Amino acid sequence: MENKLDYSVQAVPQKRKGNGIIFSQKVAPYIFVSPFILSFLIFFLYPSISTIIMSFQEVLPGETKFIGVENYKKLLNPHFYAALRNTTIYTIWTLIILIPLPLVLAVILNSKAIPGRNFFRSAYFIPALTSTIVVGVVFRLIFGELESAPANALLKLLGLPAQQWTMHWGTGMFLMVFLASWKWLGVNILYFLSGLQSIPKELYESAEIDGAGMFRKFFYITLPLLKPVVIYVLTISIFGGFRMYEESFVFWQNQSPGDIGLTLVGYIYREGFINNDMGFGSAIGIVLLIIVFVINIIQLKVTGAFKKEG
Amino acid sequence: MKKLSLLLLVFIMAVSAFLAGCSSDTSNSGQSSKDTNGANKLTLWTFGEQHAEFFELMADEWNKTHPDKKIQLETTTYPYDDMHNKLLLSLQSGVGAPDIVDIEISRFSNYLKGKPQLVELNDIIDPVKDKAIQSRFDIYSKDGKYYGIDFHVGATVIYYNKELLDKAGVNPDEIVTWDDFKEAGKKVVSATGKPMITIETDGPWTYWPLVVQQGSDFYDKDGNVILDNDINIKTLTFLKQLLDEKIAIAAPGGDHHAEEYYGFMNKGGAASVVMPMWYMVRFTDYMPDLKGKIVIKPMPKWTADGKRSAGMGGTGTAITNQCKNVELAKEFLAFAKLSKEANIQIWKELGFDPIRWDVWSDPALKEPNKYTEYFGDYIFDVLMSMKDEIDSPTVTENTPKMNELVVQTVLYKVLKEKSMSPEQALKNVANEMRK
Repeated sequence: MENKLDYSVQAVPQKRKGNGIIFSQKVAPYIFVSPFILSFLIFFLYPSISTIIMSFQEVLPGETKFIGVENYKKLLNPHFYAALRNTTIYTIWTLIILIPLPLVLAVILNSKAIPGRNFFRSAYFIPALTSTIVVGVVFRLIFGELESAPANALLKLLGLPAQQWTMHWGTGMFLMVFLASWKWLGVNILYFLSGLQSIPKELYESAEIDGAGMFRKFFYITLPLLKPVVIYVLTISIFGGFRMYEESFVFWQNQSPGDIGLTLVGYIYREGFINNDMGFGSAIGIVLLIIVFVINIIQLKVTGAFKKEG
Repeated sequence: MKKLSLLLLVFIMAVSAFLAGCSSDTSNSGQSSKDTNGANKLTLWTFGEQHAEFFELMADEWNKTHPDKKIQLETTTYPYDDMHNKLLLSLQSGVGAPDIVDIEISRFSNYLKGKPQLVELNDIIDPVKDKAIQSRFDIYSKDGKYYGIDFHVGATVIYYNKELLDKAGVNPDEIVTWDDFKEAGKKVVSATGKPMITIETDGPWTYWPLVVQQGSDFYDKDGNVILDNDINIKTLTFLKQLLDEKIAIAAPGGDHHAEEYYGFMNKGGAASVVMPMWYMVRFTDYMPDLKGKIVIKPMPKWTADGKRSAGMGGTGTAITNQCKNVELAKEFLAFAKLSKEANIQIWKELGFDPIRWDVWSDPALKEPNKYTEYFGDYIFDVLMSMKDEIDSPTVTENTPKMNELVVQTVLYKVLKEKSMSPEQALKNVANEMRK
């Protein structure tokens, strides 16, 4: 019995020695973050660096060579301008629609006076669960060219002429913005709702005592306290707008007439894969990265998101 | 302590399970690339379900006639874009490509850029070259070497709606030149109120065949841009005139493959359409109401001695440089695409005009099938009559980009938006492509 005990007592420090590295408080954190670090290095940093390298190359099997800034010079063409213009205008439209509208809807849905608000909350969110491609097919049929297509039939009822929706720049932009708004409205409502629920009720109560009306409460309490959420939604919306691809793809499969539906990401796809010019595709990608980065830095500076942390 | 060691144990088990998963995976795939049941395995990618069925049929035939060299053909069908992108990446990175692959003509040149990633097929093509339409091999070649074998000639014809022509008292046999066509068009429009022809504004299949028919093209044989030459400007101006004079309309939906278009034509929307022979299946499957009303004729000519067709579209079947058993793949490909039997099967199964003209007069091609029922049994008589008039376009490394610009810029701006003159639009794009 005693012998056995001795043995086990001795075994413990031995075990400790062997596992010392793993159990040390210095190493453990690194082990825990290693899955993220590894996936970041392999799936993010490595491709990013090779994209930068490829943007200075002509990439062909067996004959890849450096060609200086030739790929960047090629960017000065009307298609790139069209893509940049479309993407920028699309982003601005989604910002105009997808921030104020969900904000107002969230405030309404947050009010206890609205009947069936749980139903509406889920109803607004359901579109976000559907795949853009599947919805796009339905939208493509709704906005068909013939007069019997649902959207044109509706226009006719209102006494307006039928439209060739996917053939003109203005209607094309409308289709993309409409699809995006329909799909992402619910998600943004969700962000704002969670923000609203963290505002203490006491603030509203004391404002009421001071005689503040509905609009005053909205502009002096709700909006300022929601500012962090608004900045967050603004940031992801800018990213979302510039990385847009599916909304254009479902209507034109990357072949929009006169570049009316060409987006920056669509242009990467077109040059990189369809025309097998990976170097040029990489260059477009790098420029897109710089654009998004600069816009968001400016946006965060202006809205003062940096100051809080400092 | 006990808790910690338990945690460690779980962690180690998780890692080892993960590693085991990896190792068993690799051993599996290692095994599957080896022979099974004494048959050699060949993998094949395609973007058309019907193509896959055709190759499986031919593999069965092969195994019946070659019991000593049985193959196990594994076909995978991907959507069009997916397949071409997957292939591009696997050839670029050197792993994961199939042995045999179907590549659509407008993407084919992507795989010949730099060092061609496909296997040269001259030794199986040369023996049958004189029995087939030569230009169908040239479109898949680089520096005199052939890399792909097509399913069909893609001879462009004109499909007339006889019902509408009869109403206007027009006899399709009397339409010999495009000038006759225009005159007949005026009659049809005034008698029926329907347009004579539809024009693709969002696809190349009206403009391109009309250009190639005249011996012109977007590139000349040496690969120089000739998009803005006189013939091309004249042809586009002609199409614009047809539209302006309301003899033609822009195809509903933009091209001849749009849902809107099938519905429009099925209701007798226009009196004719210019498309290659492979368009027949769209009539039989999507425009059933026109059965028995469509007549197939050679295209009208531009001049008295002009040609009456052009070979458009196509799918080149190729062998990749990652194929381990190139000899077997070549033998099978020759059997499945170049043999006489194969060419007859291509018509029977797929309804395409096969590339070997020596089978066109074969009685097997007159046997009833859904195409002869729909159109009549004279289809190959029409084809035979224009055998020497079928030129194919010149395909260069930049063809994908060129076609994209012609369709999305030139045709859209001239025919749809009408914001540019034919000459101006063609010159602009030609200059962009010359850079």
